Amino acid sequence: MQLPQIQSPMLRLVGQRLLKAIPLILAIVICNFVLLKLAPGDAAEVLAGEAAAGTAEYLAELRARFGLDQPVHMQLWHYIVKLATLDLGFSFRHNQTVLSLILDRLPATLLLMFSGMGLAVVVGAALGILASQRVNQLRDNIISVFAILSFSVPVFWLGLMLIVVFSVNLGWFPAGGMETMASGKRGVVRMLDILQHMVMPVTTLGLFYVALYTRVMRASMLEVFNQDFVTTARAKGLSESRITLRHVFRNALLPMVTLIGVQFGTLLGGSVLVETVFSWPGLGRLAFEAVFQRDINLLLGILLMCSVLVVLSNILVDVMYSQLDPRIRIR
Amino acid sequence: MNIFINFGKRFCRNRSAVVGLLLLVCVALMAIFAPLLFPEDPWDMVAAPFLWPGQDPKFLLGSDIMGRDLASGLFHGARISLLVGFTATLAAVLLGTVVGAIAGFYGGWIDSALMALTELFQTIPQFIFAIVVVAILAPTVTTVTFALAIVSWPAIARLVRAEFMTLRERDFVLAGISVGMSNFRIITTQILPNALGPIIVTGSLMIATTILTEAGLAFLGLGDPNVMSWGTIIGAGRDALRSAWYITAIPGLAIMFTVLGLNLVGEGLNDALNPRLKNR
Repeated sequence: MQLPQIQSPMLRLVGQRLLKAIPLILAIVICNFVLLKLAPGDAAEVLAGEAAAGTAEYLAELRARFGLDQPVHMQLWHYIVKLATLDLGFSFRHNQTVLSLILDRLPATLLLMFSGMGLAVVVGAALGILASQRVNQLRDNIISVFAILSFSVPVFWLGLMLIVVFSVNLGWFPAGGMETMASGKRGVVRMLDILQHMVMPVTTLGLFYVALYTRVMRASMLEVFNQDFVTTARAKGLSESRITLRHVFRNALLPMVTLIGVQFGTLLGGSVLVETVFSWPGLGRLAFEAVFQRDINLLLGILLMCSVLVVLSNILVDVMYSQLDPRIRIR
Repeated sequence: MNIFINFGKRFCRNRSAVVGLLLLVCVALMAIFAPLLFPEDPWDMVAAPFLWPGQDPKFLLGSDIMGRDLASGLFHGARISLLVGFTATLAAVLLGTVVGAIAGFYGGWIDSALMALTELFQTIPQFIFAIVVVAILAPTVTTVTFALAIVSWPAIARLVRAEFMTLRERDFVLAGISVGMSNFRIITTQILPNALGPIIVTGSLMIATTILTEAGLAFLGLGDPNVMSWGTIIGAGRDALRSAWYITAIPGLAIMFTVLGLNLVGEGLNDALNPRLKNR
């Protein structure tokens, strides 16, 4: 019998990368298990504490029910099997399964992250181009100073200061939340409301990456400017702005795409702080609550889900990359 | 000796790097003189709460919600930021250098195994990983430093591996092998000194990231409850953000100038150590 051949090279690439990701995800799961074992008090103690019934017999019964009396390698095996069925456990604080909690909060975080990334790419590319046109002149220097200051600002502090200026003093934007509570807004009005709530968190989260992309874009533009085909374009008598946008910019974009994939994990980390500052109802805020409520199980579930998200986003960026640059042939 | 003078000249020609160095010297002086200028515990409630900066000449930067002296907290906080930043980075650089050197020098399955480990640690989101580690181990200066080191080393490991892979093929290394040097001696006396430049640059920039991360953890309430840290002051000042924003603003500026100093110095080192790239 012949196996069906996958024709599309893109699908084959996705398949290959997914296959390669399996051991990595398994390693992440094992890492999570180790952390779970390091945590003081096991699930039985936490449960008994919740039920306020900490007798030794009850604890032993609970341990037996959860398989905590078995050898460690068997516990690890059960843990993997549980995760394979997407069972991340139950959060007693929220009275909800960890998976449904995470899925509830994920869209808000993704909205924040994609908007922040979008802002960074657009503004960063624009500033990078502007700086590269006037290397080492005033405009370039001002942009450089802005970039290094943005690198140095603690993200949570920036958020708090924005609240002081634009929310407390000027009253332009709401200080927190994702939309006005119980306002009954619908459709476009509701979208505008969410947009207004998004301005400050997205700016806060995106600023660091704006600075990063400005620098990468500037360096990458300068590199492409020195290549032969640009000289050819000049020799043909094309205008400088046309060369910048049509010839150099498009080629200089590639390093930025790579960076987007690399930054996904740090962006998730940054959103923990931004969501905490702006009471944004996302995954990061959930992580902060889990820390405060000592809900280790929920915290580990979030860590696991975020790691898996990073793996998936890396695959996505690889595929995008191979589509953008035909020179990168699929092996 | 000449090398150092040349290096110093190149570094000083870079005005922003000198500014960065001055900023760092200021922070270091704050850290050194904190116990002399403010011998009392920064946690002591010594003043009336909510004193604005300049309101009482005895407390130049004012006091916080509980009447603690903000200037004292700022000076003592400098100690913690620098201590944690430097120690965690040093640990990360040591671990990353060992892993990267072994992987890059030996290659083969050792390389594959170590790089798989590095990839694992690079995949798990750093900040959330640090939060989980500190939350599980209970927050102390040691656990925070440990968490920061454990999430930071992979970048160094990759860098050192790449350096070792190119340097391994150079003639002077082959010469070392042919005169019968042991692998350990080749790694430490032949290759490593030549890879030091990029390690120093990445390390100095990493201290900046580490200090920012430490402040973020402390802001979330994951700082050592017994030491005064800039992030802790901001986290506590947040409750009075509307009425007394200066409590939050002042330590934030301290973090910003420290990190700015480190970034400027890091870039100055980069230009001085890789002069070829200077005009990029």
